Amino acid sequence: MTAAIARAARWLGRFLWDFIIGDTPEVALATGAIVAIAFLLAGSEWLGAILLPLLAAGFLLASTLRGRKRAPSRSARS
Amino acid sequence: MHTSSTLVLVLAVFGASLVEMVEALTLVVAAGVSRGWRSALEGAAAAVLVLGVLVLAVGVPLIHYMPIDALRVVVGALLLVLGLNWLRKAILRSSGHKAMHDEDAIYAETVAELSEDSDAGSEHTSKGRDPVGFAVAFKGVFLEGTEVVLIVISLGAAQNRLGLAALAAVAAVVVVGIVGIIVSRQLSEVPENTIKTAVGIMLSSFGVFWVGEGAGIHWPGSDLAIPVLVGFWLVVYFSYTALLRTLLPAPAKPVIEEASTP
Repeated sequence: MTAAIARAARWLGRFLWDFIIGDTPEVALATGAIVAIAFLLAGSEWLGAILLPLLAAGFLLASTLRGRKRAPSRSARS
Repeated sequence: MHTSSTLVLVLAVFGASLVEMVEALTLVVAAGVSRGWRSALEGAAAAVLVLGVLVLAVGVPLIHYMPIDALRVVVGALLLVLGLNWLRKAILRSSGHKAMHDEDAIYAETVAELSEDSDAGSEHTSKGRDPVGFAVAFKGVFLEGTEVVLIVISLGAAQNRLGLAALAAVAAVVVVGIVGIIVSRQLSEVPENTIKTAVGIMLSSFGVFWVGEGAGIHWPGSDLAIPVLVGFWLVVYFSYTALLRTLLPAPAKPVIEEASTP
């Protein structure tokens, strides 16, 4: 029973890691940075509303450029 | 909650569920054709049941017991991770740096794998049940459906519209299921890449909005900021795709990449 729970927990941990971090850890890091900056801008209106989407778009560009340089791998699934 | 943001919520959940279920259907049909329909359909039904229980078991306590601002930051961050990943892939695909998602290729690959396994002597049970067919169909629906569950719970919980979000997801499952039963094959004609782009734009919009809202940023126009953010991400998508196409053209053959993330 304990072994089965441990196996299920390991599977869940691996699944969540692949799901959230996977092959794009920079996106997870960028999201963490955006959350931190959002808290720094708490109480603001226009500044936060303009800066937050721009930051996210900047991180997306960096991640996309990184993805462009990746080496090909096995399958056409996604 | 403003009508426009409710509409974006329904479209995001329906679109995400539609593409994920089209992908799951490919695996169910492949399992049905190669290993028998009974096991494939039972596997798919079992996965849908487990996913439904997950929505109730995780979504309802989240809405009732987690402080709304903390909930919005967490689900906003989750939606942002999913949305940025979907958008990133969409940009790479549109600019020719990544192969388009191809249900026909995936179907052929899965059928070949399952048929090889069947030839190698993997046995069916006496009542016609096939554990491999069941497992492939279950895994396909469960893994593709988990992303849908996360999106349903996140969007539904953040806006206190879990029922509406679940209904939009169920509608997509029913549509794909009925069409799948009628045509009995994978749905390669569904414009998956376009729908994924649209969903990526909507998830990124909700993600930024809820992170900001939960952290204490006051969005000008309140919920009306969501359609404005959708417009912003649309411009970002087209600009980045054009940038990659013109300034950084793709190699002759697009990069084919396996992805474990959404």
